[in-house]
Amino acid sequence: MKMLLMGNEAIARGAVEAGIHVATSYPGTPASEVFATLARYAPELGFYAEWSVNEKVAVELAAGAAYAGGRAIVSMKQMGLNVASDAVMSLAYIGVKGGLVLVVADDPGPHSSQTEQDTRLFARFAGLPVLDPSSPAEAYTMTKYAFDLSEELGLPVILRPTTRCCHACQDVEVGSLLPPRPVPGFTRSPDWVILPSLSARKHRWLVEQEERARLLFNESPFNTATLEGRTGVITGGVSYGYVVETMDQLGVRLSLLKIGTPYPLPQEKVVEFLAHLDQVLIVEEQEPVIEEQVIRLAWRQLIPCHISGKHDNFLPRTGEFNVDIVRSALARFLGMKSTPASVPAPPELPQRAPTLCAGCPHRGSFYAFKRAARGRDVIFAGDIGCYTLGAAPPLKALDTCLCMGASLGLAQGLARTEPQRRVVAFIGDSTFFHAGLPALANIAYHRAPVTIAVLDNGTTAMTGHQPHPGLALDLAAVARAWGITCVLEADPYNLEATVRAASRALAEPGPSLVLLRRSCPQLTASDRCCTVDPSLCTGCGLCLEELGCPAMSWEKDHVTIGPNCNGCGLCAQICPAGALREVRK
Amino acid sequence: MNIIIAGVGGQGIILASRALAEAALEAGLAVRTAETIGMAQREGAVVSHVRIGLPDYGPLIPRATADILLAFEPGEAARHLACLRKGGSAVVATSPVMPVSVSLGASAYDVDAVLRFLEGAVEHPYFLDAAALAREAGSIKALNMVMLGALSRLDLPVGEQNLLEAALKLLPPQTETVNRRAFALGRQALEGLEK
Ligand code: SF4
Ligand code: SF4
Repeated sequence: MKMLLMGNEAIARGAVEAGIHVATSYPGTPASEVFATLARYAPELGFYAEWSVNEKVAVELAAGAAYAGGRAIVSMKQMGLNVASDAVMSLAYIGVKGGLVLVVADDPGPHSSQTEQDTRLFARFAGLPVLDPSSPAEAYTMTKYAFDLSEELGLPVILRPTTRCCHACQDVEVGSLLPPRPVPGFTRSPDWVILPSLSARKHRWLVEQEERARLLFNESPFNTATLEGRTGVITGGVSYGYVVETMDQLGVRLSLLKIGTPYPLPQEKVVEFLAHLDQVLIVEEQEPVIEEQVIRLAWRQLIPCHISGKHDNFLPRTGEFNVDIVRSALARFLGMKSTPASVPAPPELPQRAPTLCAGCPHRGSFYAFKRAARGRDVIFAGDIGCYTLGAAPPLKALDTCLCMGASLGLAQGLARTEPQRRVVAFIGDSTFFHAGLPALANIAYHRAPVTIAVLDNGTTAMTGHQPHPGLALDLAAVARAWGITCVLEADPYNLEATVRAASRALAEPGPSLVLLRRSCPQLTASDRCCTVDPSLCTGCGLCLEELGCPAMSWEKDHVTIGPNCNGCGLCAQICPAGALREVRK
Repeated sequence: MNIIIAGVGGQGIILASRALAEAALEAGLAVRTAETIGMAQREGAVVSHVRIGLPDYGPLIPRATADILLAFEPGEAARHLACLRKGGSAVVATSPVMPVSVSLGASAYDVDAVLRFLEGAVEHPYFLDAAALAREAGSIKALNMVMLGALSRLDLPVGEQNLLEAALKLLPPQTETVNRRAFALGRQALEGLEK
């Protein structure tokens, strides 16, 4: 049966056809739909599926399942692997019994990430085999295979799709769904208890497994070569499709080696391929993972093939590839002329950066805190989520953003170094549970003089509205139980009350916490909106210039409100002329 | 065949590309899409690439190779015009979506100049006030159905009915009447433009 599947859906489909017992994840673009799809299959097939509190817990939970001989899949974005890395690095030594597949999605560009880190490098660092799909259809096949490979090697296996595989759709031939088999169960053994003596032995084992994986990959159908003469290209991942199209565009046929298993490199395949060539261009997005291994191999085996790629600047290590980039590199490599088609230049186009939605409660939260901080020197530390967009004009409400949960840590460091300045850490509810809890313990224990503003919209909005523990667990109660006495709550749609809460929290000498509660309007459709009375609007532009709500724009000399207004009422609360009114839709 | 669908986050671009891809699958054709999912969906510039009958290529349409540019917003049409091949067609919704940067005076947007530019630069331009047609159909949310209806008037490897049914399957059933009307209005609008 053929289905139209997004890469992430294809991965999920492959996993359920492999008969998984457990699926875990923490949301992150571009990986989120892997688990979202698995969660839809779970009730029918009877496997366990959960959005975990963070990637580390997700990996540990899945590893537990694999210790018992179950098959498990964990999906995350590339930076999620950083959070889970403590578990993953040790797990490589301990190994698994049931198949464990870590889906780690990379985001060259980056489109929705803080970094462009390359998970294939991480795989090499951890000593784990990694599969690199070129398309959704291949991602599906690789996922199924990854479980068998994991069981054969006794190691977790990493599947590394990139954005253009995750968020690409393709017609995929699928098989039948498999309910999980009975698990053999956990058996006690000293091999599950990592101690230095075991580590020393298992490290040798891990290195041996690399050679075993390499032998398997030499025979793998994911590594395919076609020979067409003494000039060739080695490629992997989504770049494969770009290379094929480039050759068609340039009207050339070159020898082509497609690598689906970048680490460990299938050396025999590569040596055999290079032996036919005088020169080869290596085309891979992100870091030169294949390239460096090929150069090392060619040097060791004294293969007289000229190797080009990133090291001699044919292709960049940064950014995302496409046919146009690959075409100009390949043309240059072949000494051909490739003039990009000329297109007329358009008139000046407006910048269209992502913006907090109309009626986003974070707008009210930031605005209220900015008001409360007027006349004081307050630093606003930000975090990861929709609210990172609060850094954009006109709100300009964030002075820092680093990584998940860092607002709390950075705020403490800033406050300790400049005690005369107050620091506010803005953190979303999902991010708070993901990485903010240990930092909260630190603040409570060390009595750090900072204000925590929890932007509680009842969801993990940025990644597609996933649930999180905060829907059931009361973080304000935790803060109180840990001795933070100033714990306040406010509705960011109520400007006055929120400013009051913010002012109180900022005035506190010790730690304080404000829970800013209002659900994301993308989840709960509002029956209200605001309208402008043009006869009252003086055209002062205050609402627009202070709030930057995308529902508002100019119509000649007065402000007008579009159909995307969610009726948060914030603009009406600041209009000095009383020209804005909330009404039923 | 290569089709670029461009617009602003929240306009229903992903649904449009999925509907087209599902219809192609139904017709037994190989299909690839690339979509903008993530931060840009919050009012940012978004684009879907749809490639039909090109099984070995990646999902991104290279410069100057798109047969059709389906743009939900004039500025976004201009932004992606470089994708359109010589002799390609562009179907462009004329009503602009004003970004916050323009309201704040941080960037300029001369919509008439953009429309004039498109008129001159595209070999086969089709302009329609898709937002007005969507409202006429019953909801501004049906903008993507108006655009798909308009698209269905061009020479596509998938039939009009297949495209409509594929889209309806992806949408809530209670919106079916409005969506059918929107599709028909979009289709008619293009019929009116053809000479
Ligand atoms: S009420 Fe005002 S601020 Fe709130 S969404 Fe509508 S226009 Fe924007
Ligand atoms: S999705 Fe929700 S939380 Fe995110 S910007 Fe929009 S309204 Fe705000």
